[in-house]
Amino acid sequence: MTTDNRDDHHDGHHHHDNHYSDMEARVRALETVLTQKGLIDPAAIDAIVETYETKVGPRNGAHVVARAWVDADFADWLKRDATAAIASLGFTGRQGEHMRAVFNTGDTHNLVVCTLCSCYPWSVLGLPPVWYKAPAYRSRAVMDPRGVLAEFDVVLPETTKIRVWDSTAELRYLVIPQRPEGTDDMDVEQLMHLVTRDSMIGTGLALSPSARQK
Amino acid sequence: MSLYETQSPLTQSISLPRSREGDPVFSEPWQAQAFAMTVHLHQKGVFSWQEWADSLSREVHRPGRAADGSEYFEAWLAALCHLLSEKNVASSATLLALQQSWQRAAEATPHGKPIELASDPMRGQ
Repeated sequence: MTTDNRDDHHDGHHHHDNHYSDMEARVRALETVLTQKGLIDPAAIDAIVETYETKVGPRNGAHVVARAWVDADFADWLKRDATAAIASLGFTGRQGEHMRAVFNTGDTHNLVVCTLCSCYPWSVLGLPPVWYKAPAYRSRAVMDPRGVLAEFDVVLPETTKIRVWDSTAELRYLVIPQRPEGTDDMDVEQLMHLVTRDSMIGTGLALSPSARQK
Repeated sequence: MSLYETQSPLTQSISLPRSREGDPVFSEPWQAQAFAMTVHLHQKGVFSWQEWADSLSREVHRPGRAADGSEYFEAWLAALCHLLSEKNVASSATLLALQQSWQRAAEATPHGKPIELASDPMRGQ
């Protein structure tokens, strides 16, 4: 496990309490009443949400990544203060969580997890995928990130270091994947389509222009 | 099953934010949950399409509602709550009490622990 470096310097922040907005709490209240009355089955609700999970989100994160690829000043800002840089594009989480952008390089691949629960930067990535919330991913991403990546068909050179970032309630991570080869002529709008949700969690890479054709 | 769900007529609801592909777009998880709950209740016949359309339209066009659509799902949720109140499924007082109970439970739960209604310190008092 010498290549695996779990970044846990934020663990001390995990004591922060949770908070429900009025709308979140109202949805929970409805769910409670309707479940008690036998009118809904929470599993059925999850299943419906799942059918939309890959389609939701205004692709804010892809916009952030594509902008960073074409605009060195923006990329630099993103490195220094991701919360402000992302907010400048109009994307902010209502929960006020801070964002940190972690950049993939030739030497380092970044992978995001929340080992304790399922914190997720949904203001940029939409709804979390079901596997992200699954205990198996949460524990194995830390213990065996290479194995987890292989299951996502991401095989990295042995020399590539994998950094695992553990999200907290107030700090969430966005992976900035490497810009694919052969995209020099593409603009932000075209590049956005190469940025998959998984590539911003670290369980995938950005698509090559030829893969995008498929 | 996913085919059936995506064909719900509720995806045709008035002013629903949609992607270029025609799928509903949510900007926060609770919005997707509210949407899914409504789809499910409609499928179970708790209310008809027309009842839903009328209730939603009333809420969307209510005076004071943001004109830019930023409060769309607030209107959606209000429409659902009104409909359930009219159908005597859940009164607004019951929902408000439960909502506040969930909020107290959330505040009382440390990060990383699942939030449960039983964690509301004022529950049962």
